[in-house]
Formats: sequence, C-alpha cells, structure tokens
Amino acid sequence: MLKDLYYSAIERTRILGAFVIFFLQLVRYTPVVLRRRFGLVVGQVYNAGGLSLVIIMVCGFFVGAVLGLQGYSNLARFNAEDSVGAVAALSLIKELGPVITALLFAGRAGTALTSEIGLMKATDQLSAMEMMAVNPIRRVVVPRFLGGIISMPFLVAIFTSIGLLGAFLVSVYQLGVDVGAFWQQEQLAVKPKDVYEGIAKSVVFGIMASLIAVWEGFSAVPTAEGVGRATTRTVVTTAITVLVLDFIITVFFLYLI
Amino acid sequence: MASDSDNLIEIRDLHYSRGKRKIFSGLNIDIRRGEVTAVMGPSGTGKTTLLRLITRQLLPHRGTILVDGVDISTLDTKGLYELRKRFGMLFQNGALLTDISVFENVAFPLREHTNLSNRLIRHIVLTKLHAVGLRGAADMMPGELSGGMARRVALARAMVSDPDIIIYDEPFVGLDPISMGVIVRLVRKMNDALGISSILVSHDVQEISTVSDCSYLISHGKVAAKGSPEELNKTTSDLVRQFMFGMADGPVAFHFEAPNYAEQLLGRDAE
Repeated sequence: MLKDLYYSAIERTRILGAFVIFFLQLVRYTPVVLRRRFGLVVGQVYNAGGLSLVIIMVCGFFVGAVLGLQGYSNLARFNAEDSVGAVAALSLIKELGPVITALLFAGRAGTALTSEIGLMKATDQLSAMEMMAVNPIRRVVVPRFLGGIISMPFLVAIFTSIGLLGAFLVSVYQLGVDVGAFWQQEQLAVKPKDVYEGIAKSVVFGIMASLIAVWEGFSAVPTAEGVGRATTRTVVTTAITVLVLDFIITVFFLYLI
Repeated sequence: MASDSDNLIEIRDLHYSRGKRKIFSGLNIDIRRGEVTAVMGPSGTGKTTLLRLITRQLLPHRGTILVDGVDISTLDTKGLYELRKRFGMLFQNGALLTDISVFENVAFPLREHTNLSNRLIRHIVLTKLHAVGLRGAADMMPGELSGGMARRVALARAMVSDPDIIIYDEPFVGLDPISMGVIVRLVRKMNDALGISSILVSHDVQEISTVSDCSYLISHGKVAAKGSPEELNKTTSDLVRQFMFGMADGPVAFHFEAPNYAEQLLGRDAE
C-alpha cells in the first residue's frame, strides 16, 4: 500500500513537473509567435472564437431572457420590478457572462482543441514535426493557446450584451416594464468596478480554459481511448477550475478592492 | 574491408527499458553510407523505439549513438534540430498534417526553414511530387488519399529538404501489392539516385530481401543475426529460420505464457 502511494506520488510529481515545463514553454514562445506567426494565431481565433459564436449568442439570449422572467417575478414580490434591468445587468456582467461563456467555451472550443492536438499526437503528426526540426509547441500549441485567450473576452462581451438584450425584450415587451425605467436602473446600478470584475474574470477564465485544453491534448495518451478521455477531462477540469476561481476573484473584488 | 568512416551511424552497447521491461540490452548496429539497411524483428521487439532513439526522440539509458562520429546525446536543442534537418523520416501511417493540402504538406519543411520564394517552393514541391507520381494530387487533402498514396506523399515530404538519411518505419504495412511494389522501387531508387543512406524497419521479409543491402534481425534486445538477405536465408539459427520462413512455433513460442492447460481445464478453477 505504502509502495503504491509512493509510486503514485512520484508519478503525480512528474506530471506536475511536465505541466510546469509545458506552461513555461508556452510563455517563452508566445512573443515569437505573436511577432512572426500572427497569421496562425488569427486562424485559431477564428477556430476557437468564431466557431463558438452561434452557441454563445443563442445561449446568451436565453440566459438573459430567463433572467428577465425570474428577476421580474421575484422583484414583483417587493414591488421593485423596475429594477429588473439592474439585476439582469449586474448578474450578467459580473457572474453569468464570464462563467457560462467559459463553460460553453470548454464544451465547444476546449474539446475541439484537445481532440485536435491529441489526434495529431496519436497519428504521429507532432513527432513528424519534431523530425522536420519544427517545434510542435511553437507551431501547433502556442497559436491555439493564444487564439483561445484572445477569443474569450470578446465572447464574454457578446454573451453579456445579447443576454442583456434578451432580458430587455422579455421584461419590456412581455412583462410590461417601462423602457426608460429598465435602462435607467441598469445605468445607475452598474459601476466601472463591476465591469472590471467581469473583464478580469473573462481574461483569467480564457487563460485557464485554453491552457487546460491544450495541455490535455498535448499530454493525452496517443490512442483513440486516450484522446476521448482527455477530451472529457478538459470539460471537467475547466468547469471545476472556473467555478473555484470565480469564487476567489469575487472575494477579491468584494473585500480587497 | 570497410573502415569506420564508412559507417554513417554507429550504435554501441545500447540499453533501453520501458518500465520494468527491457527493450534493448547491449545492441550494436552499424548503418553504412549509401546503403539500404533493414532492421527486422518480431512485433514488439522495439523496432520503432530504435528509430526514435536514433533520431533522439528518446534518450538511451546506456550506450552511445554516433551519427557521423558525433554522440547525439551531447547535442543541445539547436544542434539536435540541425541534425534532424539531415534526416527524413517516413512514419508508418505517413503522418501527414491533416489540416493542409498535399502540396502544403510537402512544402511544410521549406516554409518553416527557408525564405525561398513561392515560385521556387512550387517548383521544388512539384518536382518531388512528380518523383513519387503524385503531381496530380497536389491539391487534394490528406484525408482523400489512399494509404499507399499518403505514404508516397510522406516520402516526397521526407525528401524535400534533401536529407542525407531517410528512415522508413514499416513502409510496407497494409499496402496492396501494387502500392507495395511502387514503394519498394522508390526506396531503392531514391537511395541510389540521390546517394543517400536508408534505414528501413519492417517485418516484410520478402520485400526487404529485394531492397536491402544489409539486414539486422533483432530479438530479445540484441542483434540475433546480421547479413545480406541471402546470408540470412541460408542461416541455421532456429530463430532466424522461424522469422525468415514465417513458422508459427519455434524460439518465439506460439503460446503466450500461461498456466498448465490440463490443470486449468480440469482443475478446481473450472468448477
């Protein structure tokens, strides 16, 4: 038993070490890739961000619409239904925008990144690059990592805006909240600090979701089963990481700034 | 007869294990300049591992691998990449990059390592594709190619930066007889016409005998036999004979290690 524990500890330490080295390599090659291979990064912004647009927009609209409905019916108990704009905007900007976008990103773009890199590994494409004296981290991984990081804040902004539109349409045209009251309450409630919080979260979640996705792909066991498992792990790990970090960043903004 | 400088690659006392399993224990191999050297062995003897060691995708646990007299384990990353530019490698399944066209696959090493003009790259790539008979497939995607075609494209890509050494990992597996004949002829032709050296890992005894100058048979982590195809055919060693003539039983047992048959069928476990 003790021996198993010993070997598992060593194995975990090895994986942690490999992860740190991998991350340092990503950081090291980032400036070079941004300077010399920006075209590759743009392609990946399209892959990670552009292709996630539809799911982000549809989900954003319905999340906003539900916020409008729920916000209105709950606030109506306190005769405060005019504040629905404020509630929807604050929830979307500070919490739901970054968090749900990150989870959707993990499901749509993260899995695609993991399985793509994992399959490239399983079919020897990464070894072939090594053999052609091309560093696969620099050529394949870093552009995808950066593409994810650049996409995320934009996706969050789009999700939040469309969510607000959904809340607006439902509360004003369906539930009869006054247009002026909706926007006035919204503008009074949202402070720059709230927006900064949303931006900070979107940046951190973008880095983490992309990092987890490319790492899982790069370290996947190079078989069909291994790539499948890695893809699942991407979604699970990203979800846990995002929700824990969400809590930490929220505490940080509430009490430390 | 042959002095040491005729050897392009010298492998001395190579040891490598994966977990507790020993893959190589004291392997010695010479790859001669300008020849096609074949490395044969039953499945699981670590033939592909050997190729990865030669190209330093893996590091040996003991022993040395010299390429042109340089111990490759002493190279830094830059030196290693310079060394790898001298190698062309053909992977088992071709390992073409699936998101770019056949043309771009062959152009890939040139675009990554040189500043050649598009016109010149086009010229070189079409020449190489023509040599493997696939100039007409330049605009196709790797997914649209048959197994044999993919391997020919990979061969064109391996040749595009004019390497000194081409390494073939199981180039004949899963090919129909025509594609197989094409690849066999290309291996020989490339080697002689371009004056390169080739290392060929395979267990297709028949094909190897038509193409190789010298063959090594690896078993249990060591070289079990070495020589020209004729010499291997005439050998008296049980292992070599079993391998060369494809016999089901012999030194490499048909049965995987198992408990006693009668006991297992009739013993207490069966109740």
